Amino acid sequence: MTNDDDFAAYQFLAQETEDHRWAFGTGFSDPLEGIDTSVPAGVDAAALAAYCLALGDDALIYSHRLQQWVTRMPELEEETALANIALDLLGQARLLLSRAGQAEGAGRDEDRLAFFRTEGEFRNVRLVEAADADFAELAGRLLVFSAWRLALFGELTGSADPVLAAIAGKGVKELTYHRDYAAQWVIRLGDGTELSHARMQAALAVIWPLFDELFRADAVAARLPGAAADPAGLRAEVDGVLDAVLGAATLDRPEGAPMAPVAGQTGRQGVHTEALGYVLAELQSVARAYPDATW
Amino acid sequence: MAEPRDEKAEVRSGWPLYEVFLRGKRGLNHVHVGSLHAADAQMALHHARDLYTRRNEGVSIWVVAARDITASSPDEKDPFFAPSGDKVYRHPTFYDIPEDVPHM
Repeated sequence: MTNDDDFAAYQFLAQETEDHRWAFGTGFSDPLEGIDTSVPAGVDAAALAAYCLALGDDALIYSHRLQQWVTRMPELEEETALANIALDLLGQARLLLSRAGQAEGAGRDEDRLAFFRTEGEFRNVRLVEAADADFAELAGRLLVFSAWRLALFGELTGSADPVLAAIAGKGVKELTYHRDYAAQWVIRLGDGTELSHARMQAALAVIWPLFDELFRADAVAARLPGAAADPAGLRAEVDGVLDAVLGAATLDRPEGAPMAPVAGQTGRQGVHTEALGYVLAELQSVARAYPDATW
Repeated sequence: MAEPRDEKAEVRSGWPLYEVFLRGKRGLNHVHVGSLHAADAQMALHHARDLYTRRNEGVSIWVVAARDITASSPDEKDPFFAPSGDKVYRHPTFYDIPEDVPHM
């Protein structure tokens, strides 16, 4: 046997195939590819704009609150998990605000809507405004938010607006994971040590007054039959999920009174808690200091 | 607040190490991609998803507690691996394969 033969044998074994980079991510796709973005006949464009704006605001504000946890999480692995979740929600916010701008037709893009509206023009629910006081509150709020939003997006996958349906279809997979992640931590803490149980129970007491607002009748949704979801119709599913998680976590459902509306108005009408102003100050400061700056 | 902080430090050092294996869309086998800390196997699976599949790398994840892996020792490198270093004939590439033998 010659050395040339040796070489040929090794070369044969080492030869590259088209799959040599298979370990890298492949197969990325655009969820809105090929979808007609004109507002369908029979859908009230102004109401659709307002509806997408509200759903976008929920994601935008909550994403910002979750981002504030980055560098403060108890473990590096958890930090990445939470950053992923915040990014998923930011992605949902971008698509929804863009859709709101399209349906509105006044030339406002996602950035204009995110960075140049005042507090009273935001339409997010009040649940997403406060900073979490501790990790238990983070887990509890994320559980409530993602259980509710998953039920909502599940309905919206059948929306008469194809763009909203596609955004919801993408979001359902993300939110399923968020809910799973949050439920896992609520159960670990609730069914953990005496201290973790007490803190998880205390966190739920802080969050629960904001729960009923998620299911309040919404005049905007009412103008969008077939395109929007009826908030009250989501309650049974969300209750079922939360009861199952709280049961497994040996936690009690808090019984405190809901946070009262102000003159009959809540987040969806632009009436917010004090905390939103602080979020917006941070979120919008750069865009307002350097309007239309690019990099 | 000194007490809870101490308690936390104790818990952190208690999270065991897990090794993570991923299979990509076009990969046939799971490949070792790294390791992470988690309280149990289920959490390790979640962490693996969050740390190692962010760029659409995987369609399947295995996690294995690092303590459950029996590994060869670097000290045994020569007796273990050197003997096969000069035996290229163990590869079945020196045979003429008849045309009608499939899947070779």
